[in-house]
Amino acid sequence: MSVLLIAEHNNKELRPFTLNAVTAASQIDQDVHAVIIGHNSEQAAKALSALPSVKKVISVEAPHYENFTAENFAPIIVKLAENYTHIVSSANTFGKNLMPRIAALLDTSQVSDITKVISNDTFIRPIYAGNAFATVKSNDTKKCVTIRPTSFDPCESTGGSAPIEKVDGLEEFVQTKFIKREEVKSDRPELGTARIVVSGGRGMQSGDNFKLITEVADKLGAAIGASRAAVDAGYISNDHQVGQTGKVVVPDLYIAVGISGAIQHLAGMKESKVIVAINKDGEAPIFSVADYGLEADLFEALPQFLAELNKLNTIQK
Amino acid sequence: MKILVAVKRVIDYNVQIRVKEDGTGVVTDNVKMSTNPPDDNAVEEAVKIKEAGKATEVVAVTIGEEKAQETVRKALAVGADRGIHVKADGTLEPLAVSKLLQKVVEKEKPDLVFMGKQAIDDDCNQTGQMLSALLNWPQATFASKIDVKDGKLEIVREIDEGLETIEVNIPAIVTCDLRLNEPRYASLPNIMKAKKKPVDQLNASDLGVDISPRVEQIKVEEPPKRKAGIKVANVAELVQKLKNEAKVI
Repeated sequence: MSVLLIAEHNNKELRPFTLNAVTAASQIDQDVHAVIIGHNSEQAAKALSALPSVKKVISVEAPHYENFTAENFAPIIVKLAENYTHIVSSANTFGKNLMPRIAALLDTSQVSDITKVISNDTFIRPIYAGNAFATVKSNDTKKCVTIRPTSFDPCESTGGSAPIEKVDGLEEFVQTKFIKREEVKSDRPELGTARIVVSGGRGMQSGDNFKLITEVADKLGAAIGASRAAVDAGYISNDHQVGQTGKVVVPDLYIAVGISGAIQHLAGMKESKVIVAINKDGEAPIFSVADYGLEADLFEALPQFLAELNKLNTIQK
Repeated sequence: MKILVAVKRVIDYNVQIRVKEDGTGVVTDNVKMSTNPPDDNAVEEAVKIKEAGKATEVVAVTIGEEKAQETVRKALAVGADRGIHVKADGTLEPLAVSKLLQKVVEKEKPDLVFMGKQAIDDDCNQTGQMLSALLNWPQATFASKIDVKDGKLEIVREIDEGLETIEVNIPAIVTCDLRLNEPRYASLPNIMKAKKKPVDQLNASDLGVDISPRVEQIKVEEPPKRKAGIKVANVAELVQKLKNEAKVI
């Protein structure tokens, strides 16, 4: 028995959550093999082989694998799946898009977004936006599992030297064509892995006002999050959205500013270690999950917050 | 061009979920049910495409118990032309739903199938991708913009890194994000008219598909409760607490 982990990468380096997925895979079974599918992705394949938990790397290279199209990825993984009992990837947009296509071709009922491995067939996963947790047992002979990356620690990233086996790709799926990807480049930490997240909601009232959030985030070395209301209103781009249909974050410190705290937002942040809420409505549901609540006008509180931070001699990064 | 839209009946998104004391699931008796929110976006988009003269028929399909038909009626009230209700009781996993939808697609021969990207009850995010695998059609998931072109769709997808644009040939599956559009409300006259629109009834058991669950639900529990926090009087106290008590800055 062994587990096939699907690596997420950008053809140069591994995406950070691949390391969390390796940890989850190795909790299912110690014998973890990892497949990396891409174009000119040798560098990322080497990084994968350096993960001590990975026993073997399978590298599949072709120009039509450059943009991670699920229609191209699924058939080759289905072919490789012959030798494995479990197929595992992260439950981010990469894995969410890809894994069900694999599962259907394998005639397997996928288990999505697990937060805990109980045994090699039993897992815990959140349902109803994290308002309930289901323990589920998969009775399929081959199991397809996506894992919630923030629920597993990243694995060691150096010291391993797994062999890299090259496997030929399959034909291109020509009915789908990649056109472009618009990535928002930022020097800030990634939202999914940041130690501190400062998030703004509808209460920010405009995109310009988000600079109040940016200033505090820069001071704290934090990532910037947002509620769906703020993204829908066009204050900030979609990659910042935290919640049931956005990203799930588990930082040491989450600061929610002008966010009322709809259950769909809480689903994405309520596991954070320390939660701060700043909101002028003292009845806002966000206060029910906050360790420290400040009932105040954010347009006064944020500049004061920045001033107080500036007074501190040291700030943990 | 014909568009098939799949809609699911779920607990309304505003309802505070309660876990049953015996751990067998969540309380659904006397709880408000609605159409899964991104499925409303899928219906809206299909109707808009038809209104723009780029589609000729919008068919809404749901799979589930008797009352699931309400979601089809709602789709009819906002502009779908006719409905299909595939009756099935008990737990339906996304794999089973996609196999049933495959049968409906084989019968209806739509050019496009739309649905929400995720149902807010089981949060699986699987059915659209599975259906496209079974049909070997292109899949455009998490769509926040759809442009209908000659024999193709140009789709903007919301991904973790930002936005991705792809082009898919028709026939294709599209799963819709909440940002795709603003679903309209049904007017009273349209709700009345919808009652006269045809809804075909099918039985899942007649479609020759194995829909028995493959994943056993062992138990359902409430999430751990957070300890009640405190309110601070001012910003200075907040920073003080974060520095010296929580030790996070």
